[in-house]
Amino acid sequence: MLEVEGLSFSYGNREVLRKIAFSVKEGEMLFILGPNGSGKTTLLKCLNRILKPKGAIYVDKVDLGKISSFEIAKKFGYVPQRGEISFLTVFDAVLLGRRPYIKWEAKKEDLMIVEETIRMLGIEHLALRKLNELSGGELQLVLIARAFAQRPKYLLLDEPTNNLDIKNQVEVMRIIRKAVKEKGISAIVSMHDVNIALSYADKMMLLKDGKIFAFGGVEILDGKMLKEVFGIEAEIVRYNGRMLVVPEV
Amino acid sequence: MSVAGEYKKLIWRRTFFGIFSLFLLLILSLVALTLGSYNISFQDILGEIVDGNPVLWNVRIPRILTSIFVGSSLALSGAVMQCVLRNPLASPFTLGISQGAAFGAAIAIVFFGAGQVHRIGESLTIFNPYLVLIFAFLGSLISAIVILILAKLRDLSPEAIILAGVAMSALFQAAVMLIQYFATDVQVASIVFWTFGDVGRARWIEIYLIVASFIICFLYFLYHRWDYNSLLAGDETAISMGVNTQKIRLEGMIVSSFLTAVCISFTGIIGFVGLIAPHVVRLLIGGDYRFLIPNCAVVGAVVLLISDTVGRIALSPVIIPVGIITSILGAPMFIYLLLRGGKGVRG
Repeated sequence: MLEVEGLSFSYGNREVLRKIAFSVKEGEMLFILGPNGSGKTTLLKCLNRILKPKGAIYVDKVDLGKISSFEIAKKFGYVPQRGEISFLTVFDAVLLGRRPYIKWEAKKEDLMIVEETIRMLGIEHLALRKLNELSGGELQLVLIARAFAQRPKYLLLDEPTNNLDIKNQVEVMRIIRKAVKEKGISAIVSMHDVNIALSYADKMMLLKDGKIFAFGGVEILDGKMLKEVFGIEAEIVRYNGRMLVVPEV
Repeated sequence: MSVAGEYKKLIWRRTFFGIFSLFLLLILSLVALTLGSYNISFQDILGEIVDGNPVLWNVRIPRILTSIFVGSSLALSGAVMQCVLRNPLASPFTLGISQGAAFGAAIAIVFFGAGQVHRIGESLTIFNPYLVLIFAFLGSLISAIVILILAKLRDLSPEAIILAGVAMSALFQAAVMLIQYFATDVQVASIVFWTFGDVGRARWIEIYLIVASFIICFLYFLYHRWDYNSLLAGDETAISMGVNTQKIRLEGMIVSSFLTAVCISFTGIIGFVGLIAPHVVRLLIGGDYRFLIPNCAVVGAVVLLISDTVGRIALSPVIIPVGIITSILGAPMFIYLLLRGGKGVRG
């Protein structure tokens, strides 16, 4: 279980996150929603200490502030919003996810995990292509594969469906959900698209001005909350048992 | 075939490239041994080495060993600088680190009597290589730290960082000229002679220092090859894989500056090897630092050895200092990289 207590973070004098506290269980998908600048990305980066926040983060009662960076990297896989353009091959790039485990050179086990992950994401045909030759959607899958290759307990995904067409959006979210449910890991996803979040979330967090505005199951969301957090008029409708946000246009 | 199986084939190809270039270096070294005003045939070369031929042991072997290890060292330094600064134009020469080292060494030579030319035109003798080295290292660190601070404080483009390097170079060259202004005729001659990079002046003690430094730094870089690959993925991703990016970056710049300083101390400024070799290797086998580091070492040696051999035989018996040859080769490549607009930063 991931437990966050009293987490605050400032860029210089500007406080971006204020006293954030929540917890995530195994096998859960938590979506972080909120307007631009509400602190979603910053919160993700604080969780695996890319940024160094105040407050405490515990993984199964272990304080992250007290373990090495490689140990943290074995617990958290991070998928940034934008991928790098490098001349590494896809296999090399995914193999980098094994960095926290590699002492001197990659072992056979590391190669097998990379192979398994690449197959799980269905990108084996790209394995020897270079990253700079890939499309945006393909690159996104490679980044997700790299995070999976870390064999993390928690996946941190920053806008994983950005720049993807609708087919790839569904594909990527489906793969993530499948992995979360099958492997008993947890995903913490920052997301702009409220409807994707509603379709896949077990829990939702609404951030406003760096504070948690609401936290709970998808049923907590209503029109009033959307108006207060995002400042829009919207109706929530049910379709085939799913919730959909239909904004006024 | 499995994906991992195909990947292993790719790894084998990269390894083969290394073995091939090492073999090429060996052949080139033997050929270079035969060339020069004193003729030795290729068939006799091994016998002459064993017999202790003084031309080989006093002139050509030291020269060739210097070419090999200085070429390797500069290429390694360039490859690491390009990675930690994420700048394809970075190299000891283009960042002004070589010029900083030269400035430090000039101070040691002139003000602390660490070396001099006995007669004008004769080669420079360094009495105290350790003192020269320490000053050269301090000089190179000035450039390295200025570059690091600029890269950290302002999000400068790769080109802007290189402009800062140009400014540092100009500053150090002016400083060296200022030293000349206060130096004696003989000292001036020694500084001038020595600002043209030449691999022919290192003596055995200095070669030992270069080789020892190379081995230590090479192992350091090799140990961190996974970290350099992680840096290619961007700082945040690297941190999320447990890499201490600030430490790797700072250490990388300090160690590569040190390696540069060792070379510059005993050969003078040799430009562009640190720029050419990494790009040639990247073009041929890709940007994976696991292979880039060893292969850069070999290709850097090949580049400098060929350059020096051309310099020795082109206008024989006059020897053109190797720094001139590498600049002729490297300047067009530098302009080409500029035209590509800083692409290919990340390996």
